[in-house]
Amino acid sequence: MTDFIASAGVYLPILLKGVWLTIAVTLLSLGLATLLGLIWALFRTSGIRWLALATRIFVEFVRGVPILVVLFYIYFVMPEFGLDLTAFQAGVVGLALTYSCYIGETFRAGIEAVDKGQVEAAKSIGMKTPMMMRRVVLPQAFRIVVPPYANNMVMLLKDSSQVSVISVAELTMQGKMLASSTFDNMTVFTLVALLYLCLTIPLNFAMRRVEVAMGSAK
Amino acid sequence: MIKLEDVHKSFGDHEVLKGVDAEIDKGQVVCLIGPSGSGKSTLLRCINGLETYQSGQISVDGERVDVASPRIHDIRTRVSMVFQRFNLFPHRTAIENVMEGPRYVLKQEQASARQKAEQLLVRVGLEDKLDAYPSALSGGQQQRVAIARALAMEPEAILFDEPTSALDPEMVGEVLQVMRALAEEHMTMLVVTHEILFAREVADSVLFLDGGRIVEEGPAGEVLRQPKNERTQDFLRRVTHPV
Repeated sequence: MTDFIASAGVYLPILLKGVWLTIAVTLLSLGLATLLGLIWALFRTSGIRWLALATRIFVEFVRGVPILVVLFYIYFVMPEFGLDLTAFQAGVVGLALTYSCYIGETFRAGIEAVDKGQVEAAKSIGMKTPMMMRRVVLPQAFRIVVPPYANNMVMLLKDSSQVSVISVAELTMQGKMLASSTFDNMTVFTLVALLYLCLTIPLNFAMRRVEVAMGSAK
Repeated sequence: MIKLEDVHKSFGDHEVLKGVDAEIDKGQVVCLIGPSGSGKSTLLRCINGLETYQSGQISVDGERVDVASPRIHDIRTRVSMVFQRFNLFPHRTAIENVMEGPRYVLKQEQASARQKAEQLLVRVGLEDKLDAYPSALSGGQQQRVAIARALAMEPEAILFDEPTSALDPEMVGEVLQVMRALAEEHMTMLVVTHEILFAREVADSVLFLDGGRIVEEGPAGEVLRQPKNERTQDFLRRVTHPV
């Protein structure tokens, strides 16, 4: 145990560098994925046939491909089409694209779960679709969507470890490098796991608070 | 001001409206009665463009109601609707529900919209519920907020779609009272209802719809007291003497 604490003191500063990168990757891709997810959901519920269909095909394609493959594709294949991204950028874009599809489906389900009577009430006072979405449907859909969205958030945080395969030096990558140079697998990966928990547990807790707060305002 | 000419409407193969003609003049209160499935609600919803119709013509102030036209939003601000299940916005308080249209659709100033909303809620007897969320209100109170919301648009007419059908019996009266007051102020109203007594006392005329057609129409007293049509007689007997 004293060994563990002593080596932890040496490893932690190195691993913390990875933690910051993990947080950066997660926040950036979450922001992008949320924005894109909202767009996909609006397209799919737009009632414009070809737009809904095109979005659906895109979403099904991306959802059907493993994240690793999406990352490889963006990092190694896209340069051939002239899109040359750094590993960090490719990681963020890959995660964002994949999660935009999950989040988009969540949002779509939320929008469709809003009572049809709400749409009719909004129309009956003369609202046009954009205002109706903004003022009536989306605020209610967001409330429905908070729990599954929180779930996606935590999964995204954990899946950010996948970008290590394209050499983004986030937490998992730092751990792997540290372990292979010290052979102290047990200490290093225990620390890595604990550091992830330090991120996910408060996140879960915070989202639970948000759920309660939104529920009570209803 | 609302005119229906040979209106036909089908859901798939099922023809719900089979050629309806009617006219509602300004200041008139017209009750639309008939058995369930006769197309009453559908007819009402067509007038507000919540449903499309296949042929014939519905017009408001001479302007054709056409869901595909951008003018539909403008027509809806002139013809308000009160729903069976209230459809208040659950994430907004009573007064916010009432202000929503004037503030964001009619683009009125916050202060004047609020003042007007307050007056309307006082008028429907809810001066102590301004900041209550719909979930904290009874059915009768919610429906009165919904009426205030419709009135806030300063509409030329209000359509009521079975406004008391989803209410507990003891709350029906408070809603009908508000509607009666509106009728006395000569608001143009088209009311789908099963409240025969209300129709008899408040309506100027009654339309009896059966199987997608208007089978009888006339002054409320006449149609409801001495119906000529057999279907109307049968319906009224069953509604007024259910046991």
